Amino acid sequence: MGALSRIVLHRLFLGLLTLFVVSIVIFTAVNMLPGDFAQAILGQGATPEAVTAIRRDLGLDQPPVTRYFQWLADVLHGDLGTSFAQANFVSFTGSDAEKASVLAQIGPRFANTMFLAGVTAAIAVPVSLTLGILAALYRNSAFDKVANVFTLSSISSPEFFLAYILILFLAVLNPLLPSLSNIYDGMGLGERLEKTLLPALTLTLVVTAHMMRMTRAAIINLLASPYIEMARLKGMSPMRVIVRHALPNALAPIINVIALNLAYLITGVVVVEVVFVYPGIGQLFVDSVKIRDIPVVQACCLIFAGAYILLNLLADILSILSNPRLRHPK
Amino acid sequence: MNVVVGLVACVGFLVLAAWVFRFAGRLSGRTYFRDMELTTAFGWMLSVFVAFWGVYLYIFVESAVFFRWAVQGFVVFAIAAWLFRLLGRNLGPGGTRRLFRQMPLTASFGILIILLYAILAIFAGVLAPHGQEEIFAKVNVLPGGDPAIGGDPAHPLGTDQIGRDLLSRLIYGAQNTVGIAFATTLIAFLLGGTLGFLAATLGGWLDQLLSRMVDVLMAIPSLIFALLLMTIASAWAGSQPHLLTIYMILIIAVIDSTRVFRLARAVGGNIVVMDYIEAAKLRGEGMGYLIFKEILPNATAPLLAEFGLRFCFVFLTIASLSFLGVGIQPPLADWGTMVRDLSQFINFAAFSPLTAALPLMAAGAIALLTVAVNFVVDWMLHRSSGLKE
Repeated sequence: MGALSRIVLHRLFLGLLTLFVVSIVIFTAVNMLPGDFAQAILGQGATPEAVTAIRRDLGLDQPPVTRYFQWLADVLHGDLGTSFAQANFVSFTGSDAEKASVLAQIGPRFANTMFLAGVTAAIAVPVSLTLGILAALYRNSAFDKVANVFTLSSISSPEFFLAYILILFLAVLNPLLPSLSNIYDGMGLGERLEKTLLPALTLTLVVTAHMMRMTRAAIINLLASPYIEMARLKGMSPMRVIVRHALPNALAPIINVIALNLAYLITGVVVVEVVFVYPGIGQLFVDSVKIRDIPVVQACCLIFAGAYILLNLLADILSILSNPRLRHPK
Repeated sequence: MNVVVGLVACVGFLVLAAWVFRFAGRLSGRTYFRDMELTTAFGWMLSVFVAFWGVYLYIFVESAVFFRWAVQGFVVFAIAAWLFRLLGRNLGPGGTRRLFRQMPLTASFGILIILLYAILAIFAGVLAPHGQEEIFAKVNVLPGGDPAIGGDPAHPLGTDQIGRDLLSRLIYGAQNTVGIAFATTLIAFLLGGTLGFLAATLGGWLDQLLSRMVDVLMAIPSLIFALLLMTIASAWAGSQPHLLTIYMILIIAVIDSTRVFRLARAVGGNIVVMDYIEAAKLRGEGMGYLIFKEILPNATAPLLAEFGLRFCFVFLTIASLSFLGVGIQPPLADWGTMVRDLSQFINFAAFSPLTAALPLMAAGAIALLTVAVNFVVDWMLHRSSGLKE
C-alpha cells in the first residue's frame, strides 16, 4: 500500500505545484498591463497625488514579489479583490459596498455553472458510454460508420454552430425549449432544468462525441486480448462478453475519459453560456474581458485553471487507483 | 414531458417491430435471421423508420425547408466528392491516380472542400461582387434578391445593419479567417517544431527548462488563457484594430506551439537515437543540418497530420474568440464575428428561412472546413498506420 499512497501523494504534490506556478503566470500576465489599478480606478483625469495615494493604500508601491504573496494570501482567505466595474457602479449609486467584491459576483454564477456542468454530465456520461459500447460491439458496421461521421463532425464544429442549430430546431421552429436561459434565484428546480436543458444539450453533443470515440477505442483495444477470445469461444453472447469481461477492464481508461471531458467542459462552457445568455461564470469572464475588469478576469482565470488542473489530477489519480497491479503490488 | 413520453413510445414500438421483423424472417428459415440478435433487428427497424420519416419530411411537410436544404446539400456534396474522386482516378500522373484509387469518399470530400476554400481565399478579391468594407445606402436588405419582399438583386444575400454586402463579406471571410488561422498555425509550427527538435537533440538543461515551461502553459485551458492574454493585448493595442489582430495571432501561436513542441520533442526523441544521426554527428555536421536534413524529413508524416489537427484547433479558437468579440476586429470580415452579429436573425426562421440561415451559413462555413480537414487527417493517419480494411 505504501507504494500506491506514495504515487498518489506525489501526484497531489505535483498538482499543487502546478496550481502555484499557474497563479504566478496569471499574476505576471496581469502585471504586464500598461498602467496599474490606481490609474484604472481613477480614470484619465486623475491627479498624480491621487494616484500615489491610492497606490499607497492598495500597496501597489510594493515590489511585485511582495504583492504576489499578498494577493495569494488574500485569495487563500477567499478575498478575490474588488471589481472595477462594480466599484464604479457602487460609487455612483451609493449602494452596498459588499456587492462590489469579486467574490459576491462570482459566487452565485459559479453555482449556476456547476449546475449546467452537472446536468450535462448526467446526460452525456450514460449516453456516450452506451453508444461507445454499441459502436465497439458493432464495429465496422453501418451504425459504427454513421456514428463515426457524426461524432467527427460534431467534434469539429464550433460550439456556437451546434448551439444555433439546436436553437433553430428546438426553440424557433418547434418551440419546445426556451432559447434564452434567464436563471434567477428562487427558481423552481423544474423550471430551472427546462431553461438549462438547451445549453446542456449543446455541451452534451460536443462532449458525447469525444467520450464515445474514446470509449469505443478503449473497448476495441481490449477486445484483442486472449481472455476475450476465450470468452467468445465458450459461446458467450457478444453483449455479455463486453459487459462482463471487457467493461470492467476498460473502467480505468473510461474513468480517465470522463474526467478529461469534464475538464474539457470548462472551456466549452464559456462559448455556450454566451450564446444562451446563461448567467454563469463563463459569461462573466467574457464580459469582464471586454471591459478589462482585471480583478474579475484574474479570479475567473484562476478558478477555470484550478478546476482544469484538479480534474486532470483526479483523472490521473483515479486511473492509478483503478489499476489492480498498482493497488496490490507484489 | 410529452416529448419524453413520445420518445419512449417510439422506442417501444420499434422494439416490437424489430421482434416481429425477426420472427417473420425466421419463418423463411434462413440462418441469417436465426442468428440475428434483437439489437441488430432494432437497428434495421430504426434505419427504416428514419428513412421513411426523412422521405415524409422531404416530400410532404411544407415547412421543413432547412431539412430539405440539408438533404440537398448533402447529396450535392456527396456527388461532387464522388465525381472528384472519379476525376482523380482517371486524370493526372500515376502517383495521384493510385492515391485516389484507395481513397474513401470522406477523404475525397475533404480534399475537394479544402481546395474550394483555398480558391475562395486566394481569389476572394475577384470572386466577391463588392469590397468587404464597402458600405451601401441600403441597410438590412433581406436575402433572396426579390424586390417585392425587401430584397435587392445586387445583394443576393442582403446587407447588414450598416449596409455592407453579406455575400462579399462571407467570401472575404474565407480570406481573413482561414488566412489568419493558417498563418497562426505556421508560426506555431515554426516555433514549437524548432524548439521541440532542439530540445530533443540537445537534451540537458535546455530540454528540462522548455519542457517544464510547456507543462505550465498547458495546465491552463487554452481558450481561457487566450482570453486572459487578449485582455492585456487589447490594453496594449489601444484603438488600433489591426495591432490587436496581430497580437491575437502571436498569442494563439504561442499557446498552440506548446502542443506542437510536445509532439516534435517526442518524435524527435525517437529519431535522435538512430544510427544515422550518430553518423551525421561523427561527420561533424552542424545543428542546423541535423535538424533540417536528418530529423525533419523523417518526422514529416506525424507532423503533417498534426498540422491538420492543429489548424482545426487554431481555426476554432480564432472563430470562438471572434464570436466572443475579442478576436479578429472589424472592419475585417470574419465568420465568427458575422455569426455573432447576425445571430438574432435566427428568430425569423418561421417567416423567412433564408434570413435565418445567414448566421448558420457563416457558422457552417467554419464547421465545413474543420470537418473536411479532420476527414483528410483521419484518412492520412489510417494510411500511415498501415491499417487496411
